[in-house]
Amino acid sequence: MSREDVLVTTQWAEENLDTPGVVFIEVDEDTTAYDNGHIRGAVKFDWRKDLQDGVRRDFVDKEGFEKLLSERGISNDDRVILYGGNNNWFAAYAYWYFKLYGHEKVQLLDGGRKKWELDGRELSSEDVKREPARYQAKEQDLSIRAFRDEVVQAIGSSNFVDVRSPDEFSGKLLAPAHLPQEQSQVPGHIPGALNVPWAKVANEDGTFKTEEEIKELYSDEGLDESKSTIAYCRIGERSSIAWFALHELLGYDQVKNYDGSWTEYGSLVGVPVELGAK
Amino acid sequence: MADDSCGAPAQEATPADYDTRGQVVLAGKVTGAEGPVGGAFVRLLDGGGDFTGEVVSSADGDFRFYAAPGDWTVRALHRSGNGEASVTAQGPGVHQLAISVA
Repeated sequence: MSREDVLVTTQWAEENLDTPGVVFIEVDEDTTAYDNGHIRGAVKFDWRKDLQDGVRRDFVDKEGFEKLLSERGISNDDRVILYGGNNNWFAAYAYWYFKLYGHEKVQLLDGGRKKWELDGRELSSEDVKREPARYQAKEQDLSIRAFRDEVVQAIGSSNFVDVRSPDEFSGKLLAPAHLPQEQSQVPGHIPGALNVPWAKVANEDGTFKTEEEIKELYSDEGLDESKSTIAYCRIGERSSIAWFALHELLGYDQVKNYDGSWTEYGSLVGVPVELGAK
Repeated sequence: MADDSCGAPAQEATPADYDTRGQVVLAGKVTGAEGPVGGAFVRLLDGGGDFTGEVVSSADGDFRFYAAPGDWTVRALHRSGNGEASVTAQGPGVHQLAISVA
């Protein structure tokens, strides 16, 4: 797999807005940005309303995913280009999710909405309507998703990549610095985890660094390439960026995203927790 | 703020008497040649220059971070240009920063 297989540039995107079979999807937690202006023709996905189960703490199931994509007019053979705000966090999460349900042709817009805006490219506020399609998802590919029991079992044998900020990792902060610090679970990190904040794999404009730079970064941080790796953050979307970098850009095959992440792990009774900086 | 949220919330102005509830708040405004700059990508960097958080400035150029005591740099990126400002936060309260981009 190469960078061109998993990422498209903003320039490519602008040149392919009208290419048949290419569907742009903007994925955000706060969709007011989309409502004010989006890439022309892009479909809106609301991370919370569309991709999370309304009752259980989990994603929508296979049938829910099929219903969502069918309604939004996305077919199994469409080439899906995902992008969003927040440095593509939710778009990367959605990418992982599309892969989980077996969608074949999916790519991220490198730099996401931020790069598009910094380039000064055009945004449209026109409504986007596509004819409904019939989408069929596959069963979840659990080779890329980690659950809590497996996480606890893997302590001491797998690499753990904690992509939260150093202050969240050490236990000084409980949430990212743009959010009020109101949390109930304990602070800290999974014992032995490496702290490689997600932003280290990205440039200031939100685009991914080169594969060589990313490989060197993880190697310098102590990632053992001979072992499997589990990435986590607070709720699993920043870690989707790290999963993308390791699994999609570098091509490491045994990399899982732990979407339960610290909100789950830091609330478990009886599991080991480590405090302090690396 | 729901605790299962992780995206940056919409930004708003932070008055000097804002109730920080004991937290270190870094807040301010992004301005350009023609006044406040909304839609700038405002990045919080720690004392070592490492990225800590990012928000998008409000239509009035406002931004706010919840940090910890220490040295911080706030850097704004906008299609019209980039700019930054630094502050040392000794303790809880509102610490103001003004950033001009051009």
